Amino acid sequence: MSRDVNQLVDHLFRREAGKMVAVLTRAFGFDHLQVAEDAMQEALLKAVRTWGLGGVPRDPSAWLMRVAKNRALDIVRRETNFRRKEKELVAFLEQRSASAPDNYQFDEEIRDDQLRLIFACCHPELPREAQVALTLKSLCGFGEREIAAAFLASGAAIAKRLVRARQRIREKEITLEIPAGPELASRLDGVWQTLYLLFNEGYKASHGDDLVRKELCDEAIRLTEILAEHPAGDQPKTHALLALMLLNAARLPARADAEGNMLLLAEQDRSLWDSAMIARGLAHLNRSAAGEEVSEFHLQAGISACHCAAPNYAATDWSRILYLYDMLIEVNQSPVVALNRAVAISHLKGPKAALAAIAAISPRDVLEGYYLYYAVLAHLHYMTDDIAQAAVGFSRALELTDLTSEQVFLRRRLAECKARMAREGRAELRA
Amino acid sequence: MSTTANSFLYIFRGGADWNQMSPEEMQRNMDAWFAWMDDLRKKGHFKAGEPLQDGGKVLRGKNGDSVTDGPYAEGKEEVGGYLLVTARDLDHATELAKGCPIFQNNGSVEVRPIQDMSAERSARA
Repeated sequence: MSRDVNQLVDHLFRREAGKMVAVLTRAFGFDHLQVAEDAMQEALLKAVRTWGLGGVPRDPSAWLMRVAKNRALDIVRRETNFRRKEKELVAFLEQRSASAPDNYQFDEEIRDDQLRLIFACCHPELPREAQVALTLKSLCGFGEREIAAAFLASGAAIAKRLVRARQRIREKEITLEIPAGPELASRLDGVWQTLYLLFNEGYKASHGDDLVRKELCDEAIRLTEILAEHPAGDQPKTHALLALMLLNAARLPARADAEGNMLLLAEQDRSLWDSAMIARGLAHLNRSAAGEEVSEFHLQAGISACHCAAPNYAATDWSRILYLYDMLIEVNQSPVVALNRAVAISHLKGPKAALAAIAAISPRDVLEGYYLYYAVLAHLHYMTDDIAQAAVGFSRALELTDLTSEQVFLRRRLAECKARMAREGRAELRA
Repeated sequence: MSTTANSFLYIFRGGADWNQMSPEEMQRNMDAWFAWMDDLRKKGHFKAGEPLQDGGKVLRGKNGDSVTDGPYAEGKEEVGGYLLVTARDLDHATELAKGCPIFQNNGSVEVRPIQDMSAERSARA
């Protein structure tokens, strides 16, 4: 036994899976993603079968990468598909194996491999939802069931989506490359959108398992960091995207109480906010100001920074937040943005002005399936002492969410309404 | 312990039903192995153990001159490793083996009591 206590870093297998696939895909080509995934899978399998009895090797990452490469070499020698490219492949894999696993250049090579894979997975020829699934599978080491859990889909549906994506990769001959020149701008845009979607899927509290959602946020941040560190991706908008992710994710630990019940911003214990993450977010927000462009990411990050900067709820700079929302609505006329803007208005001009702003949202029908729309309306009615309307809103919101933490929160608010109505009813009788 | 405890050999086979498992699930299984092994060690049952590499040779025939690659080329039933433990009796050793995470992946554990020859050897001496 090499050690008394064996323990692995959290998510080590998943993280290493992503690295192995990135490196091996570079050898086999993006059109043979499956081969890279098989070799990765076998390396992890071998680890489980030997580390349990034999202990964890000194450098688990290097061990896994070595086994995966050897497995890949076996595949190259065995499969006739690769016979034509055999010499080239063997040379590539052996050269990569020869690199000292601890050296910096090697890490840099892996990061470049991962970046190539990010660009390939987010290729405009692939449908957006396939891009996200592919990114999670190949770069983040997520299983099909885990992807399904994050997207409220069935494992079979995700498997089908991945099969189709792989087909499309072959048909469209999508290759691994870090785009350059005039192509870079449009390709970067696709990557930003997909990473943003990935983050939002984890961040938005609409469905699914809390743990999986947090992991999606972490993965989105990790991949965006890889992008931001590379000259091709080191652009103001990348930093704005990263800032918005970090500044929002930093506040996740305070979003629910010990029982997992959702808390309002006003009720959150701000000492639980991740101050190191906020500092990183602010640093990237700074770097995002380098260019001329004020993108939606810049504005969203700016709004989040306002919340992060406030030592307590009362100190929130709502006028700056409203200013940023006014700009945001210029860039993105989404009803959801308008709804959030109304919340800022309520803090500055009162609930009646906010209700008027909501009444002016057009089109409003897209909000009507959205629990938060009714929750905000109900809250504003409550503040104007229209308790009966508030109760209607909270009940409607309750019907529209299937997340337990939100249901608990909404039930609490509904109970408050009922208690107040009962109190006021008694007072009326007495009068 | 040696007066009341006997030695047993655990032989691990298979446990390769992994096709559907994600890296995260594999890591959880790995953690379960560590926890089980740590428990055996803490309670003083652990004596020795090692994983085996894949493949090998099998010798047969009069002079061992018929040499083949391992009997389980398929890998499914291949012995993946062994463990030497101490336990009160076979029932106890069997009970201890039930905690092995290999069962989550359709593997098996063979529990064999080790023949204690020391008493007989000293009697002859």
